[in-house]
Order: sequence, then C-alpha cells, then structure tokens
Amino acid sequence: MGKRSIVPFGPQHPVLPEPIHLDLVLEDEKVVDVLPEIGFIHRGLEGLVSKRDFKDYVYVAERVCGICSFMHGMGYCESVEHGMGIEIPRRADYLRTIWAEMSRVHSHLLWLGLLADGFGFEALFNECWRIREDVLDMLEATTGGRCIFSVNNVGGVVRDVDNATLLGISRKMDEIGARLKEISSTFLKDYTVKSRLVGVGILSHEAALELGAVGPMMRASGWDIDMRTTGYSAYGDLDLNINTSNDCDCYARTEVRINEIFTAIDLIKQAIDKIPNGNIIVPVKGNPKSEFLIRLEQPRGEAVYYTKGNGTKYLDRFRVRTPTFANIPAMAEIMRGCEVADIPMIILTIDPCISCTER
Amino acid sequence: MKLSRSPWLIHYDCSSCNGCDIEVLAATMPRYDVERFGIINTGDPMHADILLTTGGCNHQNAPVLKQIYEQMPNPKVVVAVGTCACTGGVFKDCYNILGGTDTVIPVDVYVTGCAARPESIIDGVVQALAILDQKYEAYTTDPKAKEGN
Ligand code: SF4
Repeated sequence: MGKRSIVPFGPQHPVLPEPIHLDLVLEDEKVVDVLPEIGFIHRGLEGLVSKRDFKDYVYVAERVCGICSFMHGMGYCESVEHGMGIEIPRRADYLRTIWAEMSRVHSHLLWLGLLADGFGFEALFNECWRIREDVLDMLEATTGGRCIFSVNNVGGVVRDVDNATLLGISRKMDEIGARLKEISSTFLKDYTVKSRLVGVGILSHEAALELGAVGPMMRASGWDIDMRTTGYSAYGDLDLNINTSNDCDCYARTEVRINEIFTAIDLIKQAIDKIPNGNIIVPVKGNPKSEFLIRLEQPRGEAVYYTKGNGTKYLDRFRVRTPTFANIPAMAEIMRGCEVADIPMIILTIDPCISCTER
Repeated sequence: MKLSRSPWLIHYDCSSCNGCDIEVLAATMPRYDVERFGIINTGDPMHADILLTTGGCNHQNAPVLKQIYEQMPNPKVVVAVGTCACTGGVFKDCYNILGGTDTVIPVDVYVTGCAARPESIIDGVVQALAILDQKYEAYTTDPKAKEGN
C-alpha cells in the first residue's frame, strides 16, 4: 500500500462553476475514497413558504435552480394544483410541455459544452453554447427571460404563444437538430474524445439501482426509467422514446444525453402539432388544504415535489428532492478506484447541479 | 501603463441559483465573446484582477469568499452580479442568507437583474475597468494606498 494523501477539490475550482468541496483520498494516482462536503450554497428557500403567499412562491420555487428553472416552477405548480383539485386548461399543459422540453435542450447543450471544456476541447465548448443561444432566443421571445422565465402560475401559465410563433419554433428546432448532428459526431466518434470517455467511470446495472441513481445516469446503465412516461402535463398524448445505453460509462452517459436532445426536439414538434386552442389559465379560489407529491423528469433526472397546505395562504411545507442529490452516492461510488485525471469527467457526467441539491 | 487592457476575471458562486452563473459564462461565449478583449475567465485568484460574485452570502461560503478576495493581487475590483449578490434578492428572507456580497467584502460595481443579462454584466465589467485604472494610479503614486486599497 502506498502512502495516502488527501487532496482538497473545490469549493472554488475551474472545472465546475459551482462550489462543492470534495476531499479526495489518494494513493499515488488512484482515488481510494471521496468525502463530499456540501452546504456552500444552502439558502433555505424551502423555509420561505411560511413567509410567502403560495401563489407568489412560484417565483421562489423557480429559483431553486437557474438552469432547469422552468421545471421547478412547473413541479411546484402541478403539486399545488393537484392538491387543490384544479384542472388547468389543456393549452397550458401543452405550453408547459413545450417550454419544459426546450429547457431540456438548452440544459443538455450547456452540459455538453461543459463536458467539452472538461476534456479541454475549447472549440467544441463554444460551438455547443452557440447553438444553445438560439434556444435561449426562442425562450426569450416566448417567455421574456433567458434563465428565469416566470411564466408559470398556480392555475396555468401567464403568457400565451400564438400559433404562428409555435410553427416558427418547430422549424427552428429542425435547424438546431441538424447543427447538433454535426457536433454530435465529434462527441461520439472522435478518437481523442472517446479516449477520455470510453470505459471511464463505470456504474454497473445493479449498482445504479442500488444506489438510487436517476435520470440519464440510470438510463446509461441500462434502465429505461423515465418519469415522463407517467404522463403528467401533456406527455400522455405524446410519443416518447426513452433513450438508454448498456455501456454504463461516461461515453454512454454522453450518448444518452445527446439522443435525449433529439427526443426533446421531437417532443416539441409533436406538441406543437397537437396543441389545442383555448384558455391558458383558470382562476384559483381558496387556499390549499391537502398534501400532494409529484415526480417530474428534469434534464438531470427524477425530481420530487411535495407540498402540504393548511387552509391558509401559507403552505405548511414544501419539499424538493432534486436529481443531483440522488446521484451523489453513485458519483462517490464510481470515483473510488479511478485515476485523478478522470475526476473532472466523472463529476461532469453526472451533470451536477449543486444549486438544486442544496437549495 | 493601463491595467484595463487585458484584465482577467475570476468568478465565485456564493449561493446563486445558477441563473447568474450561466449568464457570466455566456458572456465569455461566442455570442457576447468578451474574450476578444483579452478578458479571460481564470480559475486562479492569484491571476485575477476582477472578482465576479453571484448570489448572497451565507456562513459557510463567507470565509471562502474572503480568502479568494485576499489572495487576489492589488489593485483589484469586485463586481456583484445579480440582485442576489447586490442585496440578497428573493432569498433575502431565507434563514441562511446573510445578505449581498458587500456584507463580506467591499464591492465596487453592482449589476442588477434576475438573472443579470450578459449585456449588463459586460457593462458592469467595463465600469469596473475604469475603477481598476483609478486604483492602479493611486496604487503607484500614493504609497499609503498600498496598505488600504
Ligand atoms: S439574481 Fe436571480 S438569477 Fe441571479 S442568482 Fe439570484 S435568483 Fe438566481
């Protein structure tokens, strides 16, 4: 046995814009143990439900995370709406689905860029973010925000998108798909990129289930689990193709996410074809009294939203279980035994969102 | 000599929701591309002239922020990006938020917005550059400024 040394990683580190601290226990170049320490961006926003009206709280819920902000707002609203027995208009469901899938496209493109940066491929990093800007343009044109959209509210959505704009989005999505195809061949076929990803960070089929991994982590280990199949919002009406892989390594996770972007584009187009006309919001009367738990599929995996009302305008409890939190045990597991040089790749392929995790 | 010709910046995420973080990153990407002015996002405080902070401070990250600030060479400027970094923003009433960046370290430029747009971040950095030059001037001519900054 060689001499053990402890190398601190983070909280301020070039690989990850977000602060997480890891103590890496090393034996020469091998990692023997990982001790994560979190809490650098804990804000305690779940506690704010006792100070904010449940309708205004949507804007706080959105700020759980700025990358998947739309889905956080949506999860909170759906949970309150179901708890109160409100049926929102179908058009609002469809709009939510379209925006949610657009968020998935931008989130995965962002992640692909960070991954490329992680293995030092600057040009690819820039290219991914260039495509992402086009998605953000569409989101900005339809919602008014680039990161935080504030279009959800309890009872529906507050902005409508006219059908001509939706058709325009559908066409633009084709273009984005074509550009993505070009760069995806670099990710999936380039010799150098493959040498960094193939066989690195293996999470076996059984371990993925045992450690409770979620989302693309799970699907890259051969499980076809996707919360969108539960049919919340408009997903029940759409044809969903779940992308999985059996390779279990970093390469598989990249492949799954790239395919998911194509699936998301397909879902957006289907939803735009089927979207009904009508209202977008219904008035909400009364205050939430019951509790409700809903599971959504975020870009990073399954997220759980729980709300509990007490008949006043302040909720008793709001709880989010975010995907990164579920993926951290799996990350620590696949890091044990890896080389120091592979650490950035492994951290990045779980697509960590520390802001969600710590709230 | 002007320091503002090719300033390097460092970004630290205090407790932001990521919205402002990705906008800071987006400012260095092809659409806005501040790198063409020689601005580089570095990971090392000792190489940085400008500190961009996002999000409000809490007990856990305040020492880290202070340490990064102290490791940066003089003269230096701090830009608080986003409403959270300015005042605490929507999280102001959260039990774990002390307040904006200025509760821990001195701030020179405040960029508001939730999330702050890349254009306004760039504008904030440009204003910070003027302050950096002033500080540099004072730093080279006035020996007392060295201690205070
Ligand atoms: S100002 Fe808004 S977008 Fe920026 S970190 Fe705070 S909540 Fe997030």
